[in-house]
Amino acid sequence: MPDRSMPQFPEPDTSPFWESVKNEQLSYQQCNVCNTVVFYPRYACSSCGSGELVWKDSKGEGEIYTYSVVRQNRNPAFADLGAYVLAYVDLDEGFRMMTNVVGIKNPLTDIKIGQRVKVKFEKQESGEFPVPVFELI
Amino acid sequence: MSQKRESAIVGIHEYPKRYAPDVSAMDIKAISIKAALDDAGLSWSDIDGLYDAQDGEGGGGLGLAAYLGIKPTVIDTTSVGGSSYEFHTAHAMRDIASGKCNVAVLSYGSKAASLRTPIGTGGVSGGGNWQANMEASYGQTLISNYAMVAHRHMHEYGTTSEQLAQISVSTRHHAMRNPQAVQAMTDLQFEGIGEITVEDVLDSRVIADPLHLLECCMVSDGGGALIIVSKEIAEKTNKPPVWLLGSGEATKYRENGGDITTSAGAQSAPIAFSEAGVSPSEIDIAMVYDSFSITVAVCLEDLGFCAKGEAGSYIGDGKLRYDQPGGPALNTDGGGLSSNHPGMRGLFLLLESVRQLRGESTSQVENAKLAVAHGNGGLLGGNHTGGTIILAAD
Repeated sequence: MPDRSMPQFPEPDTSPFWESVKNEQLSYQQCNVCNTVVFYPRYACSSCGSGELVWKDSKGEGEIYTYSVVRQNRNPAFADLGAYVLAYVDLDEGFRMMTNVVGIKNPLTDIKIGQRVKVKFEKQESGEFPVPVFELI
Repeated sequence: MSQKRESAIVGIHEYPKRYAPDVSAMDIKAISIKAALDDAGLSWSDIDGLYDAQDGEGGGGLGLAAYLGIKPTVIDTTSVGGSSYEFHTAHAMRDIASGKCNVAVLSYGSKAASLRTPIGTGGVSGGGNWQANMEASYGQTLISNYAMVAHRHMHEYGTTSEQLAQISVSTRHHAMRNPQAVQAMTDLQFEGIGEITVEDVLDSRVIADPLHLLECCMVSDGGGALIIVSKEIAEKTNKPPVWLLGSGEATKYRENGGDITTSAGAQSAPIAFSEAGVSPSEIDIAMVYDSFSITVAVCLEDLGFCAKGEAGSYIGDGKLRYDQPGGPALNTDGGGLSSNHPGMRGLFLLLESVRQLRGESTSQVENAKLAVAHGNGGLLGGNHTGGTIILAAD
């Protein structure tokens, strides 16, 4: 079972996101004033500065905007993973998140920009939270 | 537009060693400041502006002046990664023009090699803040962040690894002409010290797809310093001044729907060129931050040397070498890829620009009149800054 680095708290902006993740729900913010989709979580709207950001649930589907297959990482949490896929995924609701794409037989050949992906909440060996990663649809 | 020549670089020093276990980063800064002052014909007590990226043990805004034993009237500790020194130069230009200081000093010291700092493959997110908490679980390394830019660039524009490799090949050619770079590769135990081919680059191991080892900068010790002065003082210094004509600063970051193949340079460069009253086609020397091959490709486009997406074919035309026509020479000291990269390379971009415009480079471009130094700090595919400086020979 993976044992990824965990977010650290107290951290008020990102806390609601991770509480949702505990319930296997991917969430994002949207501005109540100008409707801008905001991600990563924060206090003020990145378009108009309003503090009226509301949390929304994502369906957890999107496409790979770009990726890299990481071959070397000296961080102990990732050193022994083998080649793994780091990616930016564009969710259908309009936000871009960093993630890993998992469950690929050969990450060196079987992944492409533009592929459709769906969120999976990956249980961890230790740590309080599952981690939202993505699988090919 | 008439060019303003209100401030100039009049003294430079690049600390010659790339592996220096027996000195501190603060030592490197002080040694370099003294040597740069000597180069200019100025003295320690002339310094009245201190610009620092908060590098060095016990330095920064609270410690560097104390270490040097000076009392400057301007203290600027802008720390925006590798482009900090382009930002410092921009600020020194403003501070000198407004009369706040007359002798500005920028310095850099780093022990990244001897301390074995895992810059490229150590992971970039520690957790505990609004961004890190969203990224810490995914094993992003610095190299893989840049690699994501490379993949998207390849996807959108058909750029190839063969094309990107030409950047490494050209700058290695420059490095082999620079004794300090050859010594650096020797001291840092490079496997092959000599000219390299595109095949050599593609045969080197992949660190993070699609970037190969020979597309990644070295991790060295090192540092340096430079002295920027007012027009009045520049008339009395040892060597011909190198004039600062324009500056631009910008930032960029991961955005929903954003274009990762365009860097902050697309914002900073037009500001700098406009202030300088020159166009990219007039530039003789392009000192472009080469943390990785893709950084150069993206920044060449954003600086206006070719259109967005066309860096691959531009590079492939062989325009980058100091002795080739058709475009500015790239990183004539050997760059971060093959000469010097202790973590924040921005200072060296300015130092080699000055050497070229004085006629002192080991890969001297004949009659070089105009240079651009463009720093990219942070993560090209995430938070980063772009700092552009336009320099002119006397």
